[in-house]
Amino acid sequence: MTATDIKQPDLPASASRRSPAMEVVAALGRSGSFLPGLVIVLFWVACALFGEYFTPHDPLADDIINALMPPSADNWFGTDQLGRDVFSRVIVGSRDILTVAPLATLLATIAGTTLGLFTGYFRGLVDDVISRILEAFMAIPVVIVALLAIVALGTSKTTVIIVIGLSFAPIIARTVRSAVLSERELDYVAAAQLRRESALHTMFVEILPNVIPPILVETTVRLGYAIFAVATLSFMGFGIQPPSPDWGLSISSNYGMIGGGFWWTVLFDALAIASLVIGVNLVADGVQVALND
Amino acid sequence: MTEPITANALELHHLSVAYRVGGRNRAVLRDLSLTIRPGEAYGLVGESGCGKSTVALSVVRYLPRNGVITAGEISLAGENVMKLDNESLRRMRAERVSMVYQDPGKALNPSIRIGRQLTEIFELRGISGQGAIDQAIAMLNRVRISDPVRVMQRYPHQLSGGMQQRVGIAMALANDPTMLILDEPTTGLDATVEAEVLDLIAKLRQELSASILFISHNLAVVSRMCDRVGVLYAGMLVEEGTTEEVFNNPRHPYTVALLRCLPRGGQRKDQIRLDTIPGFLPAPGAKITGCPFADRCALADSRCHNELPPLHDLGDRLSRCHYHERAQDLPRTTPGNIAAAAVVTAREPVLRIESLNKTYAAHGQALRAVNDVSLDLMPGQTLGLVGESGSGKTTFARLLLGLVPADEGGTMRLDGKPLAPKLESRSADQVKAMQIVFQNPDSALNRSHSIRHIMGRALRTLAGLKGAAQQKRLVELVRSVRLTERHLSVKPRQLSGGLKQRVAIARAFAGDPRIVVCDEPTSALDVSVQAAILNLLADLQTKEHVSYIFISHDLAVVRYLSDQIAVLYLGRIMEIGPSERVFSGPHHPYTEALLSAVPKLDEAEQSRVRLDGEIPSAVNPPSGCVFHTRCPRKIGAICEEQEPPLFDSEPEHKIRCHIPFEELARLQKKQEVVTA
Repeated sequence: MTATDIKQPDLPASASRRSPAMEVVAALGRSGSFLPGLVIVLFWVACALFGEYFTPHDPLADDIINALMPPSADNWFGTDQLGRDVFSRVIVGSRDILTVAPLATLLATIAGTTLGLFTGYFRGLVDDVISRILEAFMAIPVVIVALLAIVALGTSKTTVIIVIGLSFAPIIARTVRSAVLSERELDYVAAAQLRRESALHTMFVEILPNVIPPILVETTVRLGYAIFAVATLSFMGFGIQPPSPDWGLSISSNYGMIGGGFWWTVLFDALAIASLVIGVNLVADGVQVALND
Repeated sequence: MTEPITANALELHHLSVAYRVGGRNRAVLRDLSLTIRPGEAYGLVGESGCGKSTVALSVVRYLPRNGVITAGEISLAGENVMKLDNESLRRMRAERVSMVYQDPGKALNPSIRIGRQLTEIFELRGISGQGAIDQAIAMLNRVRISDPVRVMQRYPHQLSGGMQQRVGIAMALANDPTMLILDEPTTGLDATVEAEVLDLIAKLRQELSASILFISHNLAVVSRMCDRVGVLYAGMLVEEGTTEEVFNNPRHPYTVALLRCLPRGGQRKDQIRLDTIPGFLPAPGAKITGCPFADRCALADSRCHNELPPLHDLGDRLSRCHYHERAQDLPRTTPGNIAAAAVVTAREPVLRIESLNKTYAAHGQALRAVNDVSLDLMPGQTLGLVGESGSGKTTFARLLLGLVPADEGGTMRLDGKPLAPKLESRSADQVKAMQIVFQNPDSALNRSHSIRHIMGRALRTLAGLKGAAQQKRLVELVRSVRLTERHLSVKPRQLSGGLKQRVAIARAFAGDPRIVVCDEPTSALDVSVQAAILNLLADLQTKEHVSYIFISHDLAVVRYLSDQIAVLYLGRIMEIGPSERVFSGPHHPYTEALLSAVPKLDEAEQSRVRLDGEIPSAVNPPSGCVFHTRCPRKIGAICEEQEPPLFDSEPEHKIRCHIPFEELARLQKKQEVVTA
C-alpha cells in the first residue's frame, strides 16, 4: 500500500513561463519611453551608417559663392560659411559622435565594473583606498582632465574616448560597488568560499551576472552624458577635429555668426545633439523601469 | 439593512477573486463561501499560495491594483461591502474592521513615534489632545505593555519584534472593531514571543466582542486560537468545521495529509519517515476540472479528476471530497516505519570543540556572540542547536565552517586534527569535509546559473571531477535528492522552494562531506515540503554516514532529526544532552520555557511557563546566570551573582543551573501534575 503511484509533475508551473530576458523585453515594449527613444537613436544610427547615400549634397564640398545662404528649397537648412550644405552635414554629423560616445561609455563600463567588483567584494582597505582615489578623480572637472590628456596624448578620437571613459568610470564603479556589496551578503557567495573558489571566479562568474541590471541602467544613462560630453569637448576644440561635420564642431566653428543673423548654421546641429541625447535618455528611462520591475 | 446584532460578522458568498497578470485573469479564490459568527474566532489555514491573504484583502476591499473580484458577495455585519462607495468604505475600514499584519516592522511607520501613530487613530474619531494620549496609554496597557509612557516616545525600530506586534494589535483594537483580521500575526516571531502574543490575543478575546479571522499556515497555532477552521486549497474551501473535529477527525484527504506531515508526538528519524504530499499546488489561474487536490491524492479516481466535488454538508461541518467518509484511509506516501539503523557505538568524535568564543566589536563595546562553547559531534549523528534568535546559533555554525573566524584560544578538531579558525588556513580536505545547507535557497543558489552549472561547479571543486565522470556523478547526485535530469537545465527561479532546497542539499553533498551544517533548512518551506526535506536529510544520513549540525527554531523538527541537543542562550550552552533526555526532562528552566511556548496539536491545554520580555543584549549580558532576568524558577541572589557551571546532571546530560538536578525534576514534575 505504500506504493502509491502518483505522478509527480516534473516542474511546478512557475508564475511565468517566460525567461527573465523575455520579461525585460516585454516590459521594454510596454514602457512609454523606450520605443520613441529607440526610434530617435536608430534614426541617427542609420544616418551615421548610410547618411552619405541620401544626402542631397556632399557634406564636405565647399561652395564659397553660396556661403551662408538661408534655408531654401535646394539647401533645406541653408549653407555654412564655406557654402557647405547644413542639412547634409547634420545628417552625417552623427558619425563621429556615435562612435566616440559609445566607445567611451564601453570603456567606462568595463573599467567601472571591474573597480566596482573589487571594491565591493574585498571591502576594507582595498575599498577605502580605491574609493578615495576615485572620489578624488571625480572631483576634477572633465575639461581639466581633457586638457591634461591632450597635452600628454595629443588631440584625437582616442584621446576623447579615454578622457570620457576614465571620467565616467568612477561613477559606474560607485553604482556597481553598492550592488556588489548587497550581493556579497547572499549565501551563494559563502557557498563559493566553502568551495575555495578564487576571488576572481567569485567576482566575475558568481557575482557579475547578478549585477548586470544596474550596470545596464547606468551604462545607458552614461551614454546620454557621454554624447553631451563629446559634443562639449568638440565645441571647445579638444575633441573631434575638422573637417569632420561633427555637430559640436560645427557649432563651434559657426556660433560666432549667430550675431550676424546666420542662425541656421548653429540651430540644426544643436537640435540634432539635443534629439540624440533625449533619445538616449528615453531609452535609459525605459531600461531602468524594465529592469527595476 | 439587517439588524447588526443578529447579522453574522462576516459572510462571503461564492467569492471569486482573480489577479490580472500578463493580460489574463488568473483565478486565486474560487467560489469561496464562509461565515463568521459574531464573537467567533475563525481560522483559515493552508499552504502558501492557496489564497489566504487574498481573502483578508478582499474583505476590506484592499486588493492590489491588478486584483479583481470576479464574482460573489462580501457582507460585513450584514452590510454588503461590494456596494460601498469610497467614503463609506473608508469609514468601514476606520471604524469596523482592523487588520494585524505579519511583519510589524513594516506595518508601523518607521519615522513616526509610537505615541503619535496611536493618537492619530483617536484623532480620526474626534478625540484629540490629552484625551487621545490617555486613550493611547490605555490601549498599550491593554496589550500588556508595562511602561506605555516610555514606549509612546519610542520609534518602531527601538522596539523588539514582540513589542512591535503588541503595538500593532493595540492599533488594530483602538477603533474597537467588530471584525479583527489577523494575517499570520506571529509568523516572524520567536516561539517564546509567539506564545506571549498568542496568550495576549486569547485574553483579549475574552474582553472584546470582536469576531476574529485568523490566517495562518501553522496548524497548531490555529488549533489553539480558533473555534472553527476552514482549510483552503487552491483558492477553494476544501474542509470546514470546529477546530477539534477538523484536526482530530479530518474528512478531506488534504487535511489528513497536512496533519501527517508534521513531526508529532516525539517521532524520530530512526523510527519513521514523515508522510509527505507529492506534487505541487495548482498554479494561480490553472484550469481545474475535477477536485483541485486530485493530482496529489492517492485516493483519487476518475470521478475525482473529472467532477468537482460539492461541499458535502456533514452536519456542522463541510468537506469537498467525493469520498469524505474514506478520507482517513489515505495511504501513506512513505513507509510508516523503518528498519532501525545499526547502532554505531560511539567512537572518536568527528568534531571536538573546546571553549570556542567569538567577540564582535559593536560601537566600541565587545559583543560576545559565542561564549565558551565546548561540545563533541559523533560521526553519523545529528546535533540540534536550539534557542531564540540572538542566541548565537548561526554565528556558532559560521565559526565551525570558518566563514567567520573564531577568537584565539578555543580549539576545534576535525577527526583529531586541529582546524584553523580561518577558512583560508584550512586544508582543502578540511574545507570539503564541512559544508552547509542554508536557510533560504533563493539566497544560497546563484540565480544566474543553471542547476547543472551550480552542481557541476561543486563537483569540480569539491570532488575534483571533470568531463564524463562529473556528468555521471552529477546524475547520481541529482537522483539521490530525488530530482530528475530534467531539472538540470533550468535556473533556480523555475523551481519551487522545496526543489531548490534539494539542489542546495545535493550541492552540500557533492564532495562527500563529514559534517553538514543545516541552518534552518526548512523554515522557509511549507509543512508538506518540510516533511520531504526532513525525510531526505534522514535518508542521506543513514546512507552517507554524515553528521549534521541542525539549527532550527522548530523544536518538533529538531527532535525528529537530532541525537544530541544543545540549547543556546546568549551564546552560552545552557543545556546539552541526548535528544530524548533534553526533551523529556528534567530540563533547564530555559529549555522548559522553550518547550512550553510551542503550540502543540496533540495537547489541548499546555502547562504554561512563560518568559517575560525579550532576550537581553549580548553587549551587556546580565550578571551571574545570564538567564536570571527572565527565569521563572529563579531561586535568589545566587542567580544574579554567580554564573552556574555547566553541570553533569546525568551521564552525558549537562545543565547550567544553580538548582540541583533532583530539585528541577521535582519542580517540573509537580508542574505536570498541576496541569494534568
